[in-house]
Amino acid sequence: MPQVRRQQLAAQFREFLAYDCVIDQRTSLAAYECDGLSAYRQQPLLVLLPENIAQVQQIMRLCQQQRLPVVSRGAGTSLSGGALPHADGVVLSLAKMNRILDIDKLARSAVVEPGVRNLAISEAVNSLGLYYAPDPSSQIVCSIGGNVAENAGGVHCLKYGLTLHNILALKVVGSDGEIFEIDQRSMQTSGYDLLPLLVGSEGMLGVVVEVTVKLLPIPQCARVILAVFDSVEKAGDSVAAIIAQGIIPAGIEMMDNPAIRAAEDFVHAGYPVEAEAILICELDGTEAEVESQIARVEGLLMRGGAVETRLAKDEAERLLFWSGRKAAFPAIGRLSPDYYCIDGTIPRKALAAVLAGVRSLSEEYGLAVANVFHAGDGNLHPLILYDANNEGELEKTEELGSRILLLCIHYGGTITGEHGVGIEKLGEMCVQFSEPERNQFHSIRECFDPLKILNPGKAIPTLARCAEFNAMHVHQGQVAFPELDRF
Amino acid sequence: MTAIAELSIEDELREQVFMVAANGGEIQIIGGGSKGFYGEAVEALPIDVSAHSGVIDYDPAELVITLRAGCRLVEVEALLAEQGQMFGFEPPCYGEDATIGGMVATGLAGPRRAWAGGIRDFVLGVKILDGRAEFLRFGGRVIKNVAGFDVSRVMVGELGALGIMLELSIRVVPIFETERTINFEHGQADEHIRWINELGSRPLPLSASLWQQGVSRIRLSGSELGVAHAAQQLGGDSCEHDWAAVKEQDHEFFTGGEAITRVALPPTCADLLDNPGQLIEWSGAQRWLRGDVDIPALRAQVESQGGNVCAFRKHDSAVAVFHPLSPALLTLQRKLKSSFDPAGIFNRGRLYPEL
Repeated sequence: MPQVRRQQLAAQFREFLAYDCVIDQRTSLAAYECDGLSAYRQQPLLVLLPENIAQVQQIMRLCQQQRLPVVSRGAGTSLSGGALPHADGVVLSLAKMNRILDIDKLARSAVVEPGVRNLAISEAVNSLGLYYAPDPSSQIVCSIGGNVAENAGGVHCLKYGLTLHNILALKVVGSDGEIFEIDQRSMQTSGYDLLPLLVGSEGMLGVVVEVTVKLLPIPQCARVILAVFDSVEKAGDSVAAIIAQGIIPAGIEMMDNPAIRAAEDFVHAGYPVEAEAILICELDGTEAEVESQIARVEGLLMRGGAVETRLAKDEAERLLFWSGRKAAFPAIGRLSPDYYCIDGTIPRKALAAVLAGVRSLSEEYGLAVANVFHAGDGNLHPLILYDANNEGELEKTEELGSRILLLCIHYGGTITGEHGVGIEKLGEMCVQFSEPERNQFHSIRECFDPLKILNPGKAIPTLARCAEFNAMHVHQGQVAFPELDRF
Repeated sequence: MTAIAELSIEDELREQVFMVAANGGEIQIIGGGSKGFYGEAVEALPIDVSAHSGVIDYDPAELVITLRAGCRLVEVEALLAEQGQMFGFEPPCYGEDATIGGMVATGLAGPRRAWAGGIRDFVLGVKILDGRAEFLRFGGRVIKNVAGFDVSRVMVGELGALGIMLELSIRVVPIFETERTINFEHGQADEHIRWINELGSRPLPLSASLWQQGVSRIRLSGSELGVAHAAQQLGGDSCEHDWAAVKEQDHEFFTGGEAITRVALPPTCADLLDNPGQLIEWSGAQRWLRGDVDIPALRAQVESQGGNVCAFRKHDSAVAVFHPLSPALLTLQRKLKSSFDPAGIFNRGRLYPEL
C-alpha cells in the first residue's frame, strides 16, 4: 500500500518537478532517513528537491490539498531530529536552491537562497572585507535555511548575536503555497514583528525560500588568550569578572578536564592535561581596542586564580589554541563508540552547581561526561560517552541527558540554547512550559499552518505527550528528582 | 514591595481582564503615558499598570536584568549606570514617567539603533497576561534560548495589542569608556548617505550618525585608545553634540509644533524626499520630516524601496498613523491578535483598525 501511494504521489510531483528531483527509490531515500541525531531514523514517502520558489509553492499547494506532512530540510545537520522525516509525508530538501543571488557591498548585505552553506557566504564576501557572523560548528556544511529554522548560534554569539540578529529579510512560502515577506532592512517596521517567530520555528511556520543576511566588516585584529585553572569555579568566576568589567569578548569558551584531555590527545594543541578547566578568550576589534583589552583581561584572569595565561603570539598559535576546542566533539568521539551532545543554557553564576550536578548524575548512571561550555552566554554542552551496542545504553544515556536538562531548568536556564527541540526534547518542553503556554505555541502555529502539515510532531509537545512524560517523571506533583535541591 | 502586594497587583489585573473579556468590553493599557501620542487613539477603559514595578533580578556579570514592566525607565537606566551598564538600543523616554513596559510595547530605539540593534534584539523573556486572563511566560533569563517560539520578542512594538506585559528580562551592555562626536560637511543628503554607509564597511567604533542642513555628525564610542585612533583616521572636526536631545526629540527640529513624519528606508536608499529640511539618522535608515507632508503619496513612493512611513506626531487624525500592511501580512497579524486576545479587548485599533 505505501509503495502504491508513493508511486502515485511521485507521478503527481513529477508533473512540475524534474524526474530526478523526486526521489522515490528506497535506496536513495535512505540518505534522508535521519539528520545529525542519527539514533532516530524514518523513511519518508518521498524526497522532493525543488529548484525554484514557484516549485516550492506548487509543492505546498499539493501537500496542503492532500494534507501531506512536509519536513523541510537543509543540510541535515540538526542535532535534535528537527529534520527527521515523517512516515506519511515528504521531505522538502532545499539543497538545490543554493545560489547567492545578490551581494550589496554598500548595504553590507547579501540575498541568498536557503540551501547556501553558512561558510560559503563569508567566503563569497571575504574579498570585500566582510563576513557573515554566526558560526555554528557545522558551518562548513550547514545551510542558511537550516540556520534560520534553528536560530543557530556559535562561538561568537555573545558579541555578534544569533542568526536572528543577523537576518534582515526573509521570503517565506506559507503552508498554503502563498508567499509572504518580512523585510526589516529599514530597521523600523509596522505591525507585529514576525521575524523572531519565523527564526527558530523549526520549519513549522513556513518554508524559507530567500534570506537577506547582514554582513559585518572583518575585525582588523583578533587575539586569543588561553588561561589554565585548577577549578571550574575559578574559571567561571573569571568569566564573570571579565564581563563585569565591561569587556565583551568575541568568544569565551571553557572546557573541563575530560574535554581537555580528549582534545589534547587528538590535536596536540598544547593544552595542559592536568588542568581542571581552561578558558579560551578571543578579543577582536581594531588594533588599538584589542591592545587596550588584552592587558586588562590577562590581569583579571590572574586575579581570578588562573595558574597560567598564554597569549597566542601569532595567527598560527591563535588557530592552534582554537583547534582543540573546535575538535572537541570528534576528539571525544574517539574515546567512545558513541557520544550524545546535550545543549542546555544556564545563568552563568549557576555553572559550578550545575557541573557538580552533572558529575553526580554521571556517577549515578555510570556514564562518563565531558563538558564544553560557551561560557560567555551560559550555553553548556555536556557530552555523554556511551556505546549503542550495549543493550539499553542509549535509553540510559537519553535519560541522563533529560535529567541534565531538567537540572538546567531548575537553575533558571533552558533546555536548548541552540540545537532546537526537534523530537529530542519534547518531554522536557512539558516541564519548561505550562499547559496554557504550550497551547499558545499550538495556537501560533495554527495561525500560519491551520492544517498542521509543516513538520508535525516536532518542537511543541501535544497534551498526550506531556501526560506520558509526566507519568514517567512526576510523582504527586513533584518532578521525580528530589536530589535536585541538594546540588 | 512585599510578595503579597505583588501578587495582589497581578491578581487584580487578572480579575479586571477576566471581567472585561466576559462582558465584551475593551481595555486601554496605560504605563507612564509618555508615549501615548504614538499610534491611533484608543477609546476604552484605561487600566494603569505602572504600579506593577520593582527589579526582580539584576546581576551585572550576567548582562541581564529582570524587572516588572511598570519600572520607570529613568530609574532603571540610573541603576544600570551605577554598574557601568546600559540598554544597548538607547531608548527614548519622552518623559520622566516612561515605563519599561511602554518602552518594549512601542519598540522605539535611539541613535545607536543602526549599530547596536533594536529592542527586539535584547529582549530575552517576558511574562504576560493574555486575553484569556492567563499568565504566560516565554523565553527566559539567558542569552541563548531556542525552546518554543520566540514570543517574548514579538512583544516589541505590539503596542499593547497582544496582552499586558508584567515582567521582562532584557540583555544589557557595558557603557563605553568614552565617546566623541565629529563633524563633516556634506552638502547633499545623498552624499551623506553614501559616505556613512561606506564608513560602515570599515571596522570603526561608530555608534550614531546624523545629517541635517549640509552637516554630517558621527559619534564614536569605545575605549579611549580605540576612539582616538578612529578619530585620527577619519579627520573631521571634533565637536560637542547633544545626542540625548535628538533621542528625546528635544532637539529644535522636533519642537516647533509642526507635524513630524518618520520615513524608514533601507539605509543605502537614495534620497527620495528631496527635502532640504530633513533630518537623517541611523546610517540613513531613519529620515524625519517636519511640516505638512502628503502621507499617502509618500507611502506609495517609499513602498517599492522596502520602506514605510509613520505619521509620527501631530498629524491630522484622518491619516493612518502606521504604514498599511500587505494583505498577506495583515491576515497573519489578525490571526495572531486573536490567538493572544480572542475577544479583542487589548488596545484595539492602536496599531491598525483590524488589530
